[in-house]
Amino acid sequence: MKRKPLKAAIEIFAVLITVVVFLVPFAYVILTSMKNPSEASQMDLSLPAKWLFVENYGAVLRAQNGMVLRAFFNSTLITALSILALIVVCAMSGYVLERRSNKITNLVTFLVLAGLMIPPSVVTTIWALKGMGLYKTIPGIVLIEVALSFPFSAILYKNFMVSIPRELDEAALIDGCSGWRLFSKIIFPLLQPVTATVIVLSAVGIFNDFTNPLYFLPGAKNATVQLTLYNFMSMYVTNWNLLFADVVLISIPPLVLFVFFNRQIVAGMTAGSVKS
Amino acid sequence: MNSSSRSTYSYWFLTPALLVYGGLFLLPTVISFFFSMTRWTLTDWNFTGFDNFMTFFTEPSLAIGFKNTLVYAVVTCGLKVILGFLFGAFLCGEWRTRGYLRAVLFFPNLLSTIAVGVTFNSLMHPTHGLINVALATLGIAGPDWLGDVHIALLSVAFVDVWKGVGMATVIYIAGIMSIPTHYYEALMIDGGNAYHKLRFITLPLSRPAMNSVIILSFIGGLRSFDLVWTMTKGGPGFTTDLIASIIYKQYSGGFYGLATAGNVILFIVVSILAVPLQRLLTKREVEL
Repeated sequence: MKRKPLKAAIEIFAVLITVVVFLVPFAYVILTSMKNPSEASQMDLSLPAKWLFVENYGAVLRAQNGMVLRAFFNSTLITALSILALIVVCAMSGYVLERRSNKITNLVTFLVLAGLMIPPSVVTTIWALKGMGLYKTIPGIVLIEVALSFPFSAILYKNFMVSIPRELDEAALIDGCSGWRLFSKIIFPLLQPVTATVIVLSAVGIFNDFTNPLYFLPGAKNATVQLTLYNFMSMYVTNWNLLFADVVLISIPPLVLFVFFNRQIVAGMTAGSVKS
Repeated sequence: MNSSSRSTYSYWFLTPALLVYGGLFLLPTVISFFFSMTRWTLTDWNFTGFDNFMTFFTEPSLAIGFKNTLVYAVVTCGLKVILGFLFGAFLCGEWRTRGYLRAVLFFPNLLSTIAVGVTFNSLMHPTHGLINVALATLGIAGPDWLGDVHIALLSVAFVDVWKGVGMATVIYIAGIMSIPTHYYEALMIDGGNAYHKLRFITLPLSRPAMNSVIILSFIGGLRSFDLVWTMTKGGPGFTTDLIASIIYKQYSGGFYGLATAGNVILFIVVSILAVPLQRLLTKREVEL
């Protein structure tokens, strides 16, 4: 019985720490995004004299002929297309890599695992993209995102394939269902849990990606949401309020995903690391 | 089975992957070894042997990247491994606010690195920033977090840990939850206390999770680019320049051969540090 108050004290302490370390910065960003420039430059936690929600967020959305809106469109398009391609490419590879084990597939698996560690070589990748005529284009960045997310997602699919019994394939073969139909009609639907994980994880990862668009999709016309914030950093040196309004805007989509898919995100992120 | 497996699990299923992954990852990686030994304009090249590599090792503004990258990787990895374990063990206990604590610890993972960088640039402002204002009320004169050459790198590393420790924590939670409860029961019968539980059961048996955290965060630290670039652009001077940010600087300066040599060096650094580390860790895991 003596421990109860101690336990409560520890818990209150832990909550207080998280409030200071995580929630105060969060509140600070939101408050500052609604202040006027001189209030914002004070960098404190005071409430704004006037809540400039419409004014500041409007100014960010209108900046540079609606660059942020266009960036939202670009980022959404890039994310959606990459996820679609990623699912098809990774499910097919995971399927064959798990079902067929020989020298060739082992070599491919090794190359995929290497991709989990090795950083991409940027300039030669730009060179390859240019050779394909896809540098600075949306299809180009989509293929880059697919290529660089491929190892992680393909391994997720391969690991999950182990739990689908081979007897199922054999039964389908006897019933005359083979090749592409076996995969698309029977195996792929059963991979749905991994597909869900890949969708949610890549949605967050690709939407938040900064480095790849910086290298492979330069140019104001093609800006992604992360690049707009990067550009605003030099543009709005004295306007922390507008800078933070953009921070809030571009953080909303991943946080909304988190609210709805909290479990899947956490489970998916750990599945890849604990198993393999 | 063999002939049917050949037609059923056809290599055709691998072709899209090989085209995309091969064309935009494997091929550029292999080719990089060649172009790292050239002076290169993307259309034209001169073979220069190991000149680029020599430049990387002798030019102080480039060579500093090795030390910084290693410090950054070791500090971020070490803190994530230790804090992640403590938080993970704590959050596996019975707490009324457990759901809240897990969520709040994890949500920075979903923010973009650049959003986090911008926020902390402001929080770490030497005179107005909330961190130093808070320290001042406690009577401590806070340093210039991002402007002082001695601590700027550690400040960025701290923000990296702030953002990423939730990920380490959930990996530990998954590992600790899979420890059978009868170990703890046996220890309680033998009269062990909470410290004994942590030290003799949770710590050794969460070893696989710990290995994942070590490998993931160490490699992540070695490859790190966007946070440093957002917060300090490698400055003050070159004191926070990592190999990856040096590559970006050389690339934007048009030194494509040199940038490619930087990528080859990063490839080699990751391989000679991370691969043996993983071998070592998985070996010890099996012995357990």
